[in-house]
Order: sequence, then structure tokens, then C-alpha cells
Amino acid sequence: MSNFFSSSIGKKIIMSITGLFLILFLLLHLSINLLLIFSAEAFNTASHFMATNPVLKVMQYVLAAGFIIHITWASLLTLQNQAARPIKYNTNSPARNSTWSSRNMFILGSLIFIFLVIHLSDFFYVMKFGDMAGKSDYELVTSTFKIWYYALIYIVGFVFLGLHLSHSFHSAFQTIGLNNKIWMKRLKVIGTIYLFIVCIGFAIIPLYFLIPELF
Amino acid sequence: MSILDSKIPDGPLAEKWSKHKASIKLVNPANRKKLDVIVVGSGAAGASAAASIAELGYNVKVFAFQDSSRRAHSIASQGGINATKNYKNDADSDYRLFYDMIKGGDFRAREANVYRCAEVSNSVIDQFTAQGVPFAREYSGYLANRSFGGVQVSRTFYAQGQTGQQCTIAAYQALMRQIHEGKAKMYNRCNMLDIVVKDGKARGIIAKNIETGEIERYSAHAVVLATGGFGTVYYLSTLAINSNGSAALAAYKKGAFLANPSLAQIHPTSIPKLNEYQSKLTLMSESLRNDGRVWVPKEKGDKRKPNDIPEEERDYYLERRYPAFGNLVPRDVASRAAKERCDAGYGAGETGLSVYLDFKDAIQKQGEKTISDKYGTLFDLYNKVTETNPYKEPMRIYPASHYTMGGLWVDYNLMTTIPGLYAIGESNFSDHGANRLGASSLLQCAADGYFILPVTIADYLADEIRTPTIPTDTPEFEEAEKAVKERLNKLISLNGTKTITSFHKRLGNILWDNSSMVRSEKSLKKALQLVNELEKEFWSDVKVPGSINEFNQELDRAGRVADFFELASLIIIDALNREESCGAHFREEYQTEEGEPKRNDEKFQYVAAWEYQGESKPPKLHKEELKFENVKVVQRSYK
Amino acid sequence: MKLKLKIWRQKNRNSKGKFEIYDLDNVSEEMTFLEMLDYLNSKLILEDKEPVAFDSDCREGICGMCGLYINGRTHGPEKEVTTCQLSMKAFKDRSTITVEPWRSKAFPVIKDLVVDRTSFDQLIQAGGYISADTGAAPEANSIIIKKETVDRAFDAGICIGCGACVATCKNASAMLFVGSKVTQLALLPQGKAEATIRAISMVAKMDELGFGNCTNTGACEAECPKGISISNIAKLNREYLYAKIQD
Repeated sequence: MSNFFSSSIGKKIIMSITGLFLILFLLLHLSINLLLIFSAEAFNTASHFMATNPVLKVMQYVLAAGFIIHITWASLLTLQNQAARPIKYNTNSPARNSTWSSRNMFILGSLIFIFLVIHLSDFFYVMKFGDMAGKSDYELVTSTFKIWYYALIYIVGFVFLGLHLSHSFHSAFQTIGLNNKIWMKRLKVIGTIYLFIVCIGFAIIPLYFLIPELF
Repeated sequence: MSILDSKIPDGPLAEKWSKHKASIKLVNPANRKKLDVIVVGSGAAGASAAASIAELGYNVKVFAFQDSSRRAHSIASQGGINATKNYKNDADSDYRLFYDMIKGGDFRAREANVYRCAEVSNSVIDQFTAQGVPFAREYSGYLANRSFGGVQVSRTFYAQGQTGQQCTIAAYQALMRQIHEGKAKMYNRCNMLDIVVKDGKARGIIAKNIETGEIERYSAHAVVLATGGFGTVYYLSTLAINSNGSAALAAYKKGAFLANPSLAQIHPTSIPKLNEYQSKLTLMSESLRNDGRVWVPKEKGDKRKPNDIPEEERDYYLERRYPAFGNLVPRDVASRAAKERCDAGYGAGETGLSVYLDFKDAIQKQGEKTISDKYGTLFDLYNKVTETNPYKEPMRIYPASHYTMGGLWVDYNLMTTIPGLYAIGESNFSDHGANRLGASSLLQCAADGYFILPVTIADYLADEIRTPTIPTDTPEFEEAEKAVKERLNKLISLNGTKTITSFHKRLGNILWDNSSMVRSEKSLKKALQLVNELEKEFWSDVKVPGSINEFNQELDRAGRVADFFELASLIIIDALNREESCGAHFREEYQTEEGEPKRNDEKFQYVAAWEYQGESKPPKLHKEELKFENVKVVQRSYK
Repeated sequence: MKLKLKIWRQKNRNSKGKFEIYDLDNVSEEMTFLEMLDYLNSKLILEDKEPVAFDSDCREGICGMCGLYINGRTHGPEKEVTTCQLSMKAFKDRSTITVEPWRSKAFPVIKDLVVDRTSFDQLIQAGGYISADTGAAPEANSIIIKKETVDRAFDAGICIGCGACVATCKNASAMLFVGSKVTQLALLPQGKAEATIRAISMVAKMDELGFGNCTNTGACEAECPKGISISNIAKLNREYLYAKIQD
């Protein structure tokens, strides 16, 4: 495996594996969040379980590593890719041959990163190290979502996430080589279904708490 | 007795090559790395020769004027490559392929060379397959074959309509491997302008670095020309627009004899000229005549759409005139037949200068899928050029300049009359006589490059092992470089009023009208005069922009066109000399009552090899008598 | 047709280029794009101006020598054609056409619209071959290959090496070029013995030559004049991963 991680394909495989790991994490995150709609108690229990279970505690670090590696390698690859074309085209019509999001994964990723920082400081940091002032996890989350601009930040964040995911799923499989002419179409369909479930699923939650506040 | 020694080994035809290989001189592997070989041209012949010679251990330098050796025009060969595998059990053999080529060439090729080409054909297929050429396969996984014009067996191996591409890329990759291993060096964008002869031996070349314009000297113990044909002399041809005859002409002027220059093939199935601006013609592979039927309307000047013309009003003239071979007659026959119909006023299309090639019956019988499997890439190509769909409507085709059977005279070892100078592939004259059969040009290139030259070149190099690296600071190199520079300077300094292309077009028209599919003494004499006049005008009124020491495509083009004038004169002189009709060379005066070519074996059963005598002096003719000991020389008939 | 042409002009490798504007009248829509440039050049020559340098050879879409970036697209607006096959019918009368050379660190401009693509040769030199010495080949039919496999190898092997994939890729990546060669040779039994080393060396060379990384935008497949599929890139990734695991 010498030089694997420094080769272009090796670096991409790292992006792919960490990406797929984050895709899985999003599903888990979503299923816990959806509990917010159904029962405060269930959410609190799940939230507590996530925070205290020793295996999951370790997984938190793995998850953090996943994010950090995904972001670091993305930056590295983007810098190299910029260098591969020192003189840009004067006239360019890339929209004819590729999707906007596929070409702007780094920008989308950066926007998601900003969202992530806001998100972590809102909830994760407060839950873990902050002063909960006697509030349960459920109360903390729902009270935030009831503030309109917070809800908006989250919904916009999920739009970015959706665009990012629109080029993630099939792309990840392509990079690790699990793809061919037939599966390309199938993976794109599965990927699209996944991204709608995740993005609509996440977006419903702040809306669910915000809308009653507006009327 | 001619001064030409073709060095054909004694013995029975089928044993000549093995006997020759067994008796030829060899170079010890340890000595090979001390010997340099220059290969000019990097197509199917050049790349395979360079790779194979490098594998043997010689130092090889390869030159191509394109940006990569993969661009050479062998890449555009479409239909296939012949071999005598007899996979179809149709009684094929080396002898049959040999016979077909000799007969197809109208008994104007050298027996021993042609037999050897047939003999190594199987090894060529084996070699290409081993190097990864995806030849078409049956569902069983075994190799597939198809038929080509002028033969009654199925012996052609193919990769859809891109056989040449696949084979050329395989040879290119073999060459790239040798470059990787440090045994060969590639000089891209490097245009050979002259050959350097020292003490009577070819010792190097003068080349122009196309990017910088610098004139450079390269030396070697032997020089191999694999520079292709000069069909572009007609301006419009199926060749690449930069294909040229300059290397052949340079060799000729340095003392190599040029053989049969008038024997040029006009291919019957090219997409017709569509407009005045056209810079080239696109070939439709001969293989299409396997399943396509050629016809014209029975009614003169019938301007209906082809699909509106009912069956009984169509004249399948090839099937009518040549019932035994039908649509699969050789190229020269098919071309003349098309010209005859069009000249008589039955031609299709607006201009009346085309005939139909119809796949309706084949599609009905075999289904669109099968036809698309066989010819898909060709159909797509046709569609792109003409914007009509050949699955729905017959193709329109017309003859176009394609291949030069003539070329540098070589002996059995593929050496020209200059010791140490070799010519392989289309650049030599040896295997195709007066007409080349389909799917035999890739074969000859690969046979020469992979299996013949690497063996025969040792015979010469064995005597060179004591010759150290050839220095390039000798008077011979200096003189050659000076002459090259003077000519370039002259071209630049003319600063006339007409473009190079305009001259090339006019030259092409003169030749096409007077010296192509049908020629006569009258037309040829007229052509010679017109060519000479045009040449004079060129040297006083052509405009070559820019300067020498820079990337100057026009200057490179100017040199080529200047050479085309001299080649054109040679073509005409040769055509005038050959007072008979044979294969592609059809002199109106010499035809049978049915309009077929009439040979004169008594007087013209020879190779006409022309020797340069100096500027504005007529060339000197040398004859290599052709002996046919293994075939009966007959009137060629495909009826 | 009357056209305004905005063409990149650059004297040589080291000089700084710029765009020049040319008005061209009486262009026929019957011309191909390169015949239109030939026409422009003939006018420039007679006006004592320097003609535009551009590469082309076979003019039938198979040699891969031509290739221009036309109005922001490789080989122009039509699908699956090379520049030499592009018809002027694809353009409107009185329109402006911008013509640029391929842009990539690995394809430096030599002059005007001509670029140096020897990096592609270097990629093939790194391992894009089957090491079968002349004379060493077994009888061709002793290797049985499924028709489907050969057809797939052919589909990968029809690459003409024009460089449009690199030119159009936002990262100037050569993955489709390398992928199609690795795929073609890895599919065939003759090429399997070297599949591992081939994938490793060709990818290493690709990285060394300064091509970018593939981000699966699919632009190369969409612009490839021969329609070569990015499934060949997936196959390359697979071959490479497998090779590295064995390594």
C-alpha cells in the first residue's frame, strides 16, 4: 500500500470512504431527530444514550475524525486541482456537460462547514460543556427552532447539504470502483431518494416547531 | 541486364523466406546496442519496425511530424487485415492469399515479396492479438472474419470499422514501451527534409524541428523510411491533409529509385465531394461492399430520392457486369465502373457524381443489430459527414484518391538502391502491383515492420559493427543542411500573391482530370505541360508567410506542395511510359472490347524504376523484369 | 454567414498570449469548422498577416490531432464530434465565436491554438501496453475471449487521444484517458498479467505530470468525441485499489 494515500486515487478513496461514513451518520442523526416530533421523552433518552454509551463516546471521536479528514483532503485536492489549470478559459460553458453541484462541491462543503460550526455551538457544545440551565435536550432544541432566524439557518443549511449530497452518493461508489454503466443509473436514483429523505426529514423538524409559533 | 538486383533468394517460392532467414547475416546482441537506426514515420509500419528493432537491442530514433506517433494515418484504416488462418475452412492458404494479391495487382508485383507477405500474415494476427487488439469475436469467443473485395474466401480480421486504429495503437504502444525502456527515442513534431548519404551509404537525416524551426542533424548506421503514400498529390484524397511524398522524393533525389509512381489507387467508396470548400474526402470502408449493394437509377438523370426508386428501376451494375464477384470486385474495377456510370449520365445526387451503396436488403435479412455490430462506427461516421442516416437511406459514394502502390524501389531485404536506406509499408512499391486488394495494406505494414525488416536489416548492419557512431559535423551533413536551408529561404523570400493551398488545389485538379482513373497519351501530355507551367508559377508567385525560425505550418506545407509538383511529373512520365492498362492504371488506348484493362505482358511486365538525373533533366528508366514462375499470367477476370 | 472570431494568439511557449478579433465574411455553412479556419488563414496570408496555427491531420475524427475550445466547449457545441467534424451549421449568422486552446498545466501552449500533448505519450509509456515482444505471440485463437468482453475492450480502446477529457474537466484530470487504456488492457486475458503494475505506474505518472484529480463531474464523458464512458474510470479505481492491496 506504499504511496496509496498520496496518490490521486488514494486521496479520492479517502474522500469517498469518509463521505460514505458521513452519509450513514446523517441517517442515524436523522432518525434520532425525528423522535423530537413524536416524543420528548424518547428524544431525551436517545440523546442521553448517545452521550453516555461508551461505544458511542468513542464513535464521537471517529465521527469528528471523519469530518476533519473529509474536509482536509477536500482542501488538499481542491488546491491541486486549481494548480492543474493555471490559465483559465475565457469563455466556458460547463453547464452543458456537468451539474452545478458536481463542480462546486468544495464551495458547498465550505458552506456546510460554516453551518456545522453554528450547529455544534448551538447544541453539541451547550449539551456537552455548556450550562443547560435545567433544560432538557428536547427543550434546548425545540426552543431554538422556535426562533425564526435559527430555523431559517437550519433550513438553508439543509439545502446546501442536499446539493452537496446530490453529487455524493453515486460519486462515492464511482470512486471506490463499485460502479458500471448499469449501476451508475441505479446509484443515482438511490442517491436522489436518500438525499430527499435526509433533507426533507431534517427540514421538517424546525418547521414543525416554528410554524405553530408563527400563528 | 538491369543494374537492379532484387536479391530474391533461390529455391521454391514457399521456402524462399525461411531459407533467406537461415542464411542471412546476423548481429551479435552485444554489438546491437552500438548500432543506431533512424526510423522516419511512426504509423503501422514505422512504429512496429521501430519497436521490433528496439526489442532486438539496436538504438532507435523515431521521427514524426505530428505531435505524437499515434497520429499517423494508418490509424484511419477501417475495414480490416488479411491473414491465411483458414478459420472458416474455405480452403484458404498462403498460396491463395499470394495468388489473390498477385492477381488483384494485375501481375505487376514481385512474386517473392508477395508470397512472404502472405506467409507472415498469421504471425501478424497473433502478434496484434497478443498486444491487445480487440479483433471482433464470435459468440463462441473465437476470432471472426469477413470478406473483402477481389477474393472468394473470408480471411479478413477486423475491429468494427476501426481496425487500423486498433492495430496502429498496438504498434504505438509497443513503441512507447521501448521508449520507456530507453531503447528508442521519439522525435515528435520533427519533419524529415533530407537524407544524408556518405560514401554511398545512408548515414542520417536533416530534419526541421517544427516547433522552433531549427534545422537539425541526426545520424545513424541505417535509415528506414516508413513515410506512407502520396495520394494527397491529388489535393482531395482519403489521406490526412498533412500526408505527403517529401521523404520519398528526398530519397529519390539522393539516388534511391522510385518505382511505378503512376500506380495510384482510386478507392471506389469514399463519401463524394460535397462542396467547394472541402479539404479532404472521407473513406467508407470497402468492407461495406460485403453487405451493401451498389446501384444507380436505370433512367438517365433520375433525380428522385433513392427510396422512391422502385427495385425494377435500379441498375445493380456491378452484379450485372461481374456476376462471379458482384459487389466484391477489386477496387480499380469498382472505381472505373462507378466512373463509367456517372460519365454516362446515370450518377446519383445533385452533381450526378455518385452512386448508391444500399444496405436495405442486408438489414432486412440480418437485422439492424447485426449490421450495426459490423459497421456501426462507419455508419455513424457517414451520418456525421452527410447528415443522412444510412440505416434508412442508401449511402452515396464516389471514387477518391487513396493509396499509392508505387513507391521507393526496394530489394527483397526492403533496402532501396541507396545502401543502408530502407523503405517499408506504403512508402515502398513491392507488394501490391498495379492495384492493392482491400485489407492488405495494414498487413503489409505490419509484416514489414514486425517480421521482415527487423530480420533483413541485420544483413546490412552486420558489416557496420566496426563503424563507430556517425559524426554529424562532416561535409555531407553540412551540405545537406545548407541545401535544405537554402530551399526554405527561397520559399519564404518569394512573397508572391497566391496561397500554397490554391496551388495544391489546382495541381490536384490537373491530375484528377487527366491522370486518375482513366488516362490517355493526350491527357497525360496535357497534364505534364500544365503541371510544369503551374510549377513555374508556384516558384514565382507563391506566398509563404512568416519566417524560418519559428513554428510555421505554412512553410512546412509549402515544402510539401513544392515536392508534389515533382512527384506529379514523375507520375505522369511513368504513366506515359506504361503503354498498357493494368490494375489502377487504365490507358484509354489499351482496353478490351468490354472496357476492361488490357495488359501488354510482352513489353511491360516489369517494374519501372526511375533514377534522378539532376534538376530539369528527365529521369532515367530502369526495368526490373517480373518473373512469374508460380502463377499463370492471365487476363484478370472477375466476371 | 458573417462571423466575429475571437481567437487566442500566442507567439510561442514563453510568450504571453492574448485574444485577437477577426471579422470573417462569406463563410459557408457547408464548411467544417477547420475549413472555416483554413479560409480565415488564406485571407490573413494574403493580407500579410500571420495565419492562426492550429493542429489537424486526418480530418475525419480518428487521429485525435485536432481539438479546440470553441465557445466554452471542447470540440464545439455538437455531441460526439471532433473539431474537424464540426459543421458550421452549428453556428448562427452574425455570431461571435471564441476559440481557445486546450488549457491544462500538462498541455502547455506551443503557439496560438496548438498545445503540447506529449504528456499523453508519457502516460502510455508508463505502462499503457502489453509487453508482448515481436515473435513471442501464441496462436491467436488459443486465447478465447467472450464477445462481450472484447466489445467492452473495444469500446474503451477507441480513445483517439485528443485530450478533450482533460480540456473540459474542471480539474484538468486525465482519468478518462488513463481509465480507458487500463480498462481495455485489463479486460483482455492477454493484458491481465500486467494489470496491477500498469494501473499503479500509469496513475503515478498521471500524478507526476500535473494532471488534476477526478471529482466525478462526468464532463469528460459528456464531451468525449468517442463517447467513452466514465465507467472506465470506476474500473480504473477498482484496478488501482486492487493493485494497491496486493502491493
